[in-house]
Amino acid sequence: MSAQQHGHDSHGSYKSYIIGFVLSVSLTVVPFWIVMADVEVSLSIALLIIFGLGAIQILVHVHYFLHVTVGAEDGWQAMSLVFTAILLVIILAGSIWVMVHLHENMMPAHEQIERVRNLP
Amino acid sequence: MTASLAGPAPEGGYQFYVTEDPHHHEGHDDHDEHHHETGTMLGFWIYLMSDCLIFGILFAVHAVLGTSYAAGPSPADLFEIDKILLSTFFLLFSSITYGFAVINMQQDKQRAMMLWLIVTGLFGGAFLVMEVLEFQHLWHLGAGPGASAFLSSFWILVGTHGLHVTCGSIWLVVLLAQVQMQGLTHENKRRIMCLSLFWHFLDLIWIGVFSFVYLTGVSL
Repeated sequence: MSAQQHGHDSHGSYKSYIIGFVLSVSLTVVPFWIVMADVEVSLSIALLIIFGLGAIQILVHVHYFLHVTVGAEDGWQAMSLVFTAILLVIILAGSIWVMVHLHENMMPAHEQIERVRNLP
Repeated sequence: MTASLAGPAPEGGYQFYVTEDPHHHEGHDDHDEHHHETGTMLGFWIYLMSDCLIFGILFAVHAVLGTSYAAGPSPADLFEIDKILLSTFFLLFSSITYGFAVINMQQDKQRAMMLWLIVTGLFGGAFLVMEVLEFQHLWHLGAGPGASAFLSSFWILVGTHGLHVTCGSIWLVVLLAQVQMQGLTHENKRRIMCLSLFWHFLDLIWIGVFSFVYLTGVSL
């Protein structure tokens, strides 16, 4: 029970908000620039940059704007966040993995399509 | 909380989570005020986490259906990335102005806080206007939610986020009225902190939306 936490700056200062904002702006502008300026990179690299910077920006928001700390609320805040993150990974990875395989297995083979097409 | 209830009470007696501390004195102990809100703030945080799961599921749906165009329009045909960049900036600005409002709240500067909240509301409103215009544009192109699986999941995901921003904006207006009428009371401060979490959380979800739905969609 800790209701009293003498966490200084637990809700941020001008400086921390501005640091977070500047980081967010740069992490937003780079992926948009890559897409809008048609930068010559392969698709997988472009996706890697978009998702990588997106993930970093989410962490920046969690730290600088949502002020999640390990100590806040006796650790329950960070704990529920980690728990939710694990659930999200299971939901996202699981759905995508299952559905991609399903999709592949449902895809009719080429000769099947040809056979149907040549039906009298 | 590990002490057995049957055993002797710990020093100072048991302490349970209380949302409204009846012994709290206004103005007393100002510095620790926000740290007294264990119950409400943690409860609201857990609500946000459950909301996060809703969005996670919608993202999963979009990951599965996002490329099923049904011979209809694809993201590259529909999305105007420059406008999405603009609305992203509206949300980012609204996040930092809300942060400034919270800082002013902690210094009990009611007027400055309300001004920053109004600025936040204006940015939020600008974001919503951009979103409504985009939806209108898509609708007129015949790219409604019924056109393809991709568009169904797009409308439900972006629409749910927009609905949250709408609710947040209504909440903001109500809060402004409450602060105007009652001043910066303990309860109003708590409400402002809850909306702060909500507002920053929506900005966080939007990062996922623009990275995954818009930028990835157009790149594919």
